[in-house]
This record gives sequence, structure tokens and C-alpha cells, in this order.
Amino acid sequence: MSLNYMTPAFIIERDKDRCIDCQVCVRQCANEAHKWDEEEQKVYSEDANCVNCHRCVVMCPTRALSVRRFPLEFRYNANWTPETIRAIYLQAETGGVLLTGMGNDRPYPIYWDHMLLNASQVTNPSIDPLREPMELKTYLGRKPDFLKIKNGKLLEDIPPQLELDVPIMFSAMSFGSISLNAHKSLAAAAQQVGTYWNTGEGGLHRDLVQYGDHTIVQVASGRFGINPDYLKAGAAIEIKIGQGAKPGIGGHLPGEKVGEEVSKTRMIPLGTDALSPAPHHDIYSIEDLRQLIYSLKEATEYQKPVFVKIAAVHNVAAIASGIVRAGADVVVIDGYRGGTGAAPLRTRDSVGIPIEFALAAVDTRLREEGIRNKASLVIGGSIRNSTDIVKAIALGADAVYIGTGALIALGCHLCQKCYTGKCNWGIATQDPQLYKRLNPEIGAERAANLLKAWAHEIEELLGGMGINALESLRGNRLMLRGIGLTDRELNILGIKAAGE
Amino acid sequence: MSVVIDAKGIYYKDLNERIREVLRTGVNELVLDNVNGQRYIGDGISGSQTLVINGTPGNDMAAYMDGLKLIINGNAQDAIGNTMNDGIIIIHGNAGDTLGYAMRGGEIYVKGNVGYRVGIHMKGYKDKNPVIVVGGRAGDFFAEYMAGGIQIVLGLDLPPGEKIVGDFCGTGMHGGVIYLRGEVEEYQLGKEVKVVPVEEEDLIIISKYVKNYAEFFNIDYQEIMQKPFVKLIPYNTRPYGNLYAKY
Repeated sequence: MSLNYMTPAFIIERDKDRCIDCQVCVRQCANEAHKWDEEEQKVYSEDANCVNCHRCVVMCPTRALSVRRFPLEFRYNANWTPETIRAIYLQAETGGVLLTGMGNDRPYPIYWDHMLLNASQVTNPSIDPLREPMELKTYLGRKPDFLKIKNGKLLEDIPPQLELDVPIMFSAMSFGSISLNAHKSLAAAAQQVGTYWNTGEGGLHRDLVQYGDHTIVQVASGRFGINPDYLKAGAAIEIKIGQGAKPGIGGHLPGEKVGEEVSKTRMIPLGTDALSPAPHHDIYSIEDLRQLIYSLKEATEYQKPVFVKIAAVHNVAAIASGIVRAGADVVVIDGYRGGTGAAPLRTRDSVGIPIEFALAAVDTRLREEGIRNKASLVIGGSIRNSTDIVKAIALGADAVYIGTGALIALGCHLCQKCYTGKCNWGIATQDPQLYKRLNPEIGAERAANLLKAWAHEIEELLGGMGINALESLRGNRLMLRGIGLTDRELNILGIKAAGE
Repeated sequence: MSVVIDAKGIYYKDLNERIREVLRTGVNELVLDNVNGQRYIGDGISGSQTLVINGTPGNDMAAYMDGLKLIINGNAQDAIGNTMNDGIIIIHGNAGDTLGYAMRGGEIYVKGNVGYRVGIHMKGYKDKNPVIVVGGRAGDFFAEYMAGGIQIVLGLDLPPGEKIVGDFCGTGMHGGVIYLRGEVEEYQLGKEVKVVPVEEEDLIIISKYVKNYAEFFNIDYQEIMQKPFVKLIPYNTRPYGNLYAKY
């Protein structure tokens, strides 16, 4: 064994004047960054184990703790940054693929922050949502090319639709990657607010079948937990082709996370790795995708919309067009900042494109081809607040998925260590001692509060623009102006520059 | 009670709707005549009735199926038994690619050969132990990512020089067992798989399913069992456990 060159990433600062050696931090930290010295009868820290998740800081009754980046600095080098050097040390020691959690954290431009919204002044009066009705209702699903009506009645059935009271859904996060209490929180919040949560690819736990009307069940390459009951339990089915955090690769849920309940729900043996192959082995073309879409429609007797989710990649517009032609009712595009429970670092940080561009490109392409009505468009991949949503809808989205944002509402502190299974906030863990920290009732309330707050903000922003129905904003890119963007970027986004 | 549907020229969507309607009436047996490529027959259907299919059913037959018995008097196409949960499929002919993909339960018997990527990601769980028995040969990527269940290839009537399975057999395999009646070369196997001798308990399993095969297709059981089998199992249940460094 060679010398370990890794130095701690964080330093735990303990104010000894405040610390009362109560050991709360010791009990709270699953990473064993806090320890109890029996001989000295005092608490001490093991900086190297700290992941900076703030659990101890928040729980400390005397506010004695804080965590900072470890102050050790390498000689300044703009090329060989500390992260780059540390990665090489780690790989030289282990020979392993660098694994991380959550979404891309690199300082790429955030295009949402380069778009500004319009407001009414004089000519088109703004609307006060506190006094006047505002419509956020959204229907997801295939819309017919035209309606055949006779004697005031529809002659043909409208294809199945999901009805959303707010244009925000919880994106796919599997039971396995996150805890049952996290799933319970999101499912109950979705029901309360009138929207949907998504099982991810790990099956549907039996306790959550009751939320079926507000559930989107996912079918991914590993086909975990899928049987006819599962397909029929949800309100819609989502085929996962890819996700923004790791386009083009599959997933490995490590055996450590496959305990009794996960095993039961995924229907795989206890303790085995749950391997999701990179591709669906029965999909090699748009025609094959059509086959999977229609096998699911047949299995559910055409009662449920079928979503197809892909990562935002270079030729996303052409792929999305193929997906619509393959018969998907909803196309989901996940941008390169989308989160994950585990992804290879290099893939997470360098594969895929920003969701803002992907959305604009897909919406434009589908309109040009005259097939935009044939599928709804849902986007995810780092929706951080209500203005991101309003901008996304103005660019052409029908609704958005939130994953990371929803977990932050449940208490996630973005330490990016989901893959260790030691989430001190009870979210990305299957350890009963840890997941019981997340009370599903409180979790549901917090997640629902977030959606309600964002819905209010969306209404305010709409009212300001003189719009009283979200439908009137959809694809209305005149409500957007770019700031600090090149002509080319403005062109791709299909928006004018501020001042134009 | 038995009902017959003449499938000639019926669009798959209409045919499947009629199949579901008839099965809902509680008949024991439904016979489909002149089936010619119609897809998705038996998809997502739960029950214990029998479907006799005369002709060539199309892709994705018996996907997500849960319990039916399907007898196919003819060849079958691709993706048969996709994510199948339970039931039995007997194919009096050959079958195409991705047969039994992610199958979790039930049994599939194919009299002749099967195509590429058969039995991929097949998985067992508790009392669920899916089985595929192939009378002839299997193509490349057989049992890739296999996570559970039993797959048996008999290699009956192999032309000289023909291999019983193609290349990359069992790549990424991390559960379940494969029995091949005949030899397999090292280069044909994925690196996660090893060949081990067949033990007494294996022979009990093999004979059970080979007997079924012999009975379904009217082939002499004793003659099949005269040639020795080899057993393929994964090195471990976590082939990629050490792939990663926690950054």
C-alpha cells in the first residue's frame, strides 16, 4: 500500500467555548466525522471523513460547529486545479472510475440567468392574481390535429391526458437511490398539490400504490419491478432512455443499497447489484422505440399516456422528432445539469448540453415539422426557481420536472455523496437509522409548500405580463429577451436581445 | 370451452382488443388462426387461459404477460416474452432476437433456434424463477446481463461446425445459471462467466425442463440426455463492485 496523498476536503471548526460535549454530532454523523474520546471525555473531529452535509451544524444545540473548505492550498496553477490534482491522486491509488452524485457543478453559463421576462406597462394592463382568476392548469398528452364535433359533442375520444394543477412534477428518482420516506414525501405532496411524482426505475413500493393516480411509473433498461400491476398502477408510464446527469450510460445501484425493501420492490435478490444497461437491449432505432411504446400502450389498453425521457444531447431536436413520430404522448428532455444518485464524474461534467438550448431547439423543430401538438414537452435538468419555470414555458415547455430542487426542499444540502448510501438527511440512503430522520409527513408538507410558493410566484409573473392563463405563455418567446448572449445563442434560443 | 378467431387481415390493435374481450368472458382456450405478424398478442394480460396461435405472431408477443399459456404453431418473431412475469410459451419453430428480455417468471420453450440477445437481463426473485429452453442454437450476446433464472440450450441437430451459442455469451452476467448441451469455447464467453461441471442437483433441474421440452415437441428425452451438459455461472453477483473510486 502506497502512501495516501489525499488530504481532507473540509475542515470541521468546533468552538470549544460553545461545545458542551453532548455528542449530538457524534450520533448524527453517519460518516464518522465526529468521534467521542472515552479517555479524554470529549468530542473530536476526523476532518477526512467530513462531506460537508451540514447535518451536525444544523443539529448542534449550541451552534458550536461550522465546516469550511480545508484551507490547505496547492501552489497556484490555473491549469492544474486542486480538483484535478486530487482526482489523479485518487485514481492513482484506486484505479477506479471517479464516482460522484447530484448534477454537474462546473461553472458553465446558466442561460436561464441570461433571459429576462417582459411586463405590461400602460398598453396592455397587468393583472393582479390576488383579485383575478389565474389559470395554471396544464394537460399533458397527445392533442388531436383537429376536433370532430357533431351536435355539440366530440365524435372521437381525446387521447389520454394528465391533468396538472401546477406545471411542475417531481422527476424520476428510484427507490434505491432515495429512501422510502423520500418517496412517500413526494407522492403525498404530488397528491396534495394536484401534480405527479415519478417512481424512477426501481419499482413502486406497495405502500405507495395508493398514490397511483398521481404517479408516473418508469420503465428503464433494467426493467426492475415491472409487471402488469405496476404498469396499471400509475397514471402514466415513462420510458427512460437517458438522463441528463449521465447521457449514454446506464446505472449501477450497488448491492449495499439493495436491502429487504428495495429487493422486494425491484424484485431482485437481496444484496445483488442492480445493473441498468446503458441501452435498452431491444431498442436500436426509432422503430424499436415505437415497438416498446406500443407494447406498453397495448398492455394498458391505451388508457395511459406514454412519456419518453432522453438526455439533452447534440442532436436532440432530431431525436425528439423521432420520438414524437414513434408515438410518445410526452417527450421529456433532461439537461446536462440534471441530478443523479450516482454518475461517473467525467460523464456528469462533460456530456450533454444545456436544457435551455435543447428545449428551444426541440420546440422549434417540432413546430417546423407541424407535429408539436402530437406530444407535450416536459423538461428538467436544474430548474432552480419559479422564474426558470416561466422562462422554460415561454421557450416552449408544457411543464417541468424538478428533482434536485425537490430534494433540497426535503433537506438535501447538496454534498454530492448520494452514492455512499450514508445520507445524513435520510434522503439518499436505505439505512433505517438514517431514513427515519426524514418524516414523510413533514417532507410532504415541505415539498408541497415549495410547489405552492412557486405557483404563486408564477401567477405573479404571469399577471405582470398581462397574461391570465399559462397556456397563453406557452412558446411565447416574445416574452423573453436575452442579456449577455451572442447573436448565435439568441438565434438558437429564438429570442431577441434586451432593448430590441 | 374454446373460441376461434380468424386473424386474417385484422389490424393488431383490433385483434388484441378482441383477444382481451374473449378472454374476459372466461373461456379456457382461444384459438387464433391465420396469424400473420400481428404484434403484441397477449401483452400485459393476467390469467391462466390458453391461447393457441396458428401462424406467425409478430414482435413483442407476451410482453409483461402474467400467467397465460401460449402455444405457437409456427415461428415467432422478436422480443417474445419481454419482461414477462409468469406463464408458459411453447413455440413449435424458431424465435427471433431478444426473446425473454428481462423476463422474471414463467417458462419459454423453443423447438428450434433463437436469434441474438436472447434472455438478456433475465432475473429471478424468490419463487419467481424464469426458464428458457432452446432446442437448437442461440445467437450472439446470449444471456447478457443475466441476473437470475435458468437458460438451457440443447443444440439439437446442429450442422457440423455450428456453435451452440454465439459470441459474448453471458457478458455482464451476475446471477442465474446457463446449461449448454455441448461444449463452449472460452473466447465465446463474457469475462464475467465461468464454466463449471454439472452436478447431481443440476441434472435434476435439467431433466425437469428437458422432459417438458421432449413432451411438448414429441422428441425422445433419453436421446437428448445422452450428450453431456456444461454449466455456466457468474464469477460473482457484483461484477462491477470495484469499478469506482468515490470522488
